[in-house]
Amino acid sequence: MLKVTFPRMGHSYIAFKMLLEDLGNEVIVPPRPSKKTLDLGVQYSPEFTCLPFKILMGTYLEAIQMGANTLVTSGGNGPCRAGLYAQVHQRIIEDLGHQINMICFEAPLSHPIDFLKKVKFLNSSKLSYLSVWQAIKKGWHKLKALDNIEKLTHQIRPRERDNGTTSRVYRQAQNWLGQASTIKDIDEAYQEAVKSLNNIPQAQDRLIIKIGMVGEIYVLLEPASNHEIEEVLGSLGVEIERSMFLTGWTKDNLNEKCNEVVTCHNAAKPWIPVAIGGHGQDTVGHVILYSQRGFDGVIQLAPFTCIPEIVSKTVLTQVSKQHNIPILTFFLDEQTGKAVWLPDWKPL
Amino acid sequence: MSGTTVGIPRALAYYLYFPRWRTFFTELGVNVVTSKLSNRQMLDDGVKEALAEACVPIKLYFGHVLSLKDRVDYIFVPRLYCLNGKTLFCPKFLGLPDMIKHGIDNLPPVLDTMLNNRDKGIISRRIEMTKSFFQLGEKFTRDKVRIVKAIYNSLKVENKYCQLLHKGLLPNQALEVLDGAKVPEKLGKGSLNFAVLGYPYHLYDDFINVGVFNKLHRLGVNTITTENLNSGLLENIKHNLPKEMFWTFSDRAYKAALHFFKEGKVDAILYVTAFGCGPDAMVYRMIELEAKKYPHIPFMVLMIDEHSGEAGMSTRLEAFTDMVRRRKELGACLC
Repeated sequence: MLKVTFPRMGHSYIAFKMLLEDLGNEVIVPPRPSKKTLDLGVQYSPEFTCLPFKILMGTYLEAIQMGANTLVTSGGNGPCRAGLYAQVHQRIIEDLGHQINMICFEAPLSHPIDFLKKVKFLNSSKLSYLSVWQAIKKGWHKLKALDNIEKLTHQIRPRERDNGTTSRVYRQAQNWLGQASTIKDIDEAYQEAVKSLNNIPQAQDRLIIKIGMVGEIYVLLEPASNHEIEEVLGSLGVEIERSMFLTGWTKDNLNEKCNEVVTCHNAAKPWIPVAIGGHGQDTVGHVILYSQRGFDGVIQLAPFTCIPEIVSKTVLTQVSKQHNIPILTFFLDEQTGKAVWLPDWKPL
Repeated sequence: MSGTTVGIPRALAYYLYFPRWRTFFTELGVNVVTSKLSNRQMLDDGVKEALAEACVPIKLYFGHVLSLKDRVDYIFVPRLYCLNGKTLFCPKFLGLPDMIKHGIDNLPPVLDTMLNNRDKGIISRRIEMTKSFFQLGEKFTRDKVRIVKAIYNSLKVENKYCQLLHKGLLPNQALEVLDGAKVPEKLGKGSLNFAVLGYPYHLYDDFINVGVFNKLHRLGVNTITTENLNSGLLENIKHNLPKEMFWTFSDRAYKAALHFFKEGKVDAILYVTAFGCGPDAMVYRMIELEAKKYPHIPFMVLMIDEHSGEAGMSTRLEAFTDMVRRRKELGACLC
């Protein structure tokens, strides 16, 4: 029997759990990254790999202790280090004496046979390809619902009258969606969640500032890795807009004030004309788009030693000057003290 | 257009591609100026100018550019993307012209020629390279025949340079030979043979690695590096990874390590890496894990950073060499 686990990245585990269970596997939900996870990860990871590598290392080892024997993750084609994560993880885990299956999904269009083979391996209850497709579609549907709710909390949280209400309702909404198992249930849970979030009492006269979040995808999506920056900023009265979601960044939220609809890559062209791996180019592009839309500032989150973000950070100093938008960069490492951060946030 | 001066920083890809670039520019009648050998001042300037999180080689590159910028009309910072149709360069190479352009004030124009032939066939990848250099050449002359000739001659020089490297010369020696010096005598006096692996810009910059090669030679060690291996040999090395390594220098270093481990002719393998090097964070661990399968070949990782104190490096190298030597003598007795 396959006991499957996967990297934990924000709330996506809710959708992946359902998908893998639909395929007939026992799912070990990876625990929320904690101090213990990080310590484990740091102990067995190479010293200078980025924070996501270390957190994933710890997560895998914790899940293996809980009985997992199959790790499902994604690959990549470089030049960001994340493309090699799966291989290095696998070798380190095997070196520690654990027997595991590492299922690393590459882009399905360029590796179609490899993709189907891996799907077949995970398809424990031997569903037909049509049912597998439907299960994937359902998982995607759930992920989209989860992302939309999270987006809504970013708008509601800075306006809430009583501190903490939004986060409480949000956790409840995640539970509802976690229990929903059909598309109809998911839609219902989603409607309910939107309704309860909109019903949160709001303080009308508060001054709200708007800040865009850019940077590396893992530290943006996993609150445990970024010290819940979104929640903290929200409770300080900051409406944030994150540039990245697992279901893809939406193009439709470009403001009408933009004369031309430019995508973030186009916006980044004068600064970084080619893709440099990871989300380095996107970071620069989003900063420019945020400034055009009149945001008050941008926060860049990146793991320590992240190569693409180092390139974009070097360029951002000039972008900030030219586009007249303040940018605050955090390079996240193994330090877990929150106190150092707050003085940096408050003046924003 | 004569009298134009192009500056080429003596850092990063310099150690592999400088002969080709220099020939190309001089054939077009352009003067080529390089920065001096790395020194303390350059590193200090680079550290001030570059992002704190960047790796040492990038900081040093900033220092080299700073030392050149007031002396030249153009600075040549090519965007090395992919040269062999397969493997890419580190993201910092891909974004290098952008970092330089937007990170340093008052720069002369930067020549940021894109060199990319990823996913191209054997012939079209050469055409792609020729095109890139052709566009670069058109900035200096309208004489198309002259550009084509320059490209051809630059390739010829590169070929000669590679042959010198395959003979066992270090890049700095090979450059001197190209400039007319005599081929130095084979350094075959030592009693131990070490493979010294790592990226060219970690290995061949004597300032940043505090003279690893000199120290080893003084300790009676003969060295061989990745660049001394035939590139055809490297390409044929089979590895047991489910996926190719996608960075050029890492791929070469990893395959060279596999080659030396399997061949088993060297007494030890040294891996030189730099603090904060992105790709190496993964690669040196992979080689370390591989090394466990070959317990009879000692393996050590040396990390270089902004410090220039020699004592630490010397101590480690001496201790390691002594250990390998004792082990070899002991092994000889046992047989």
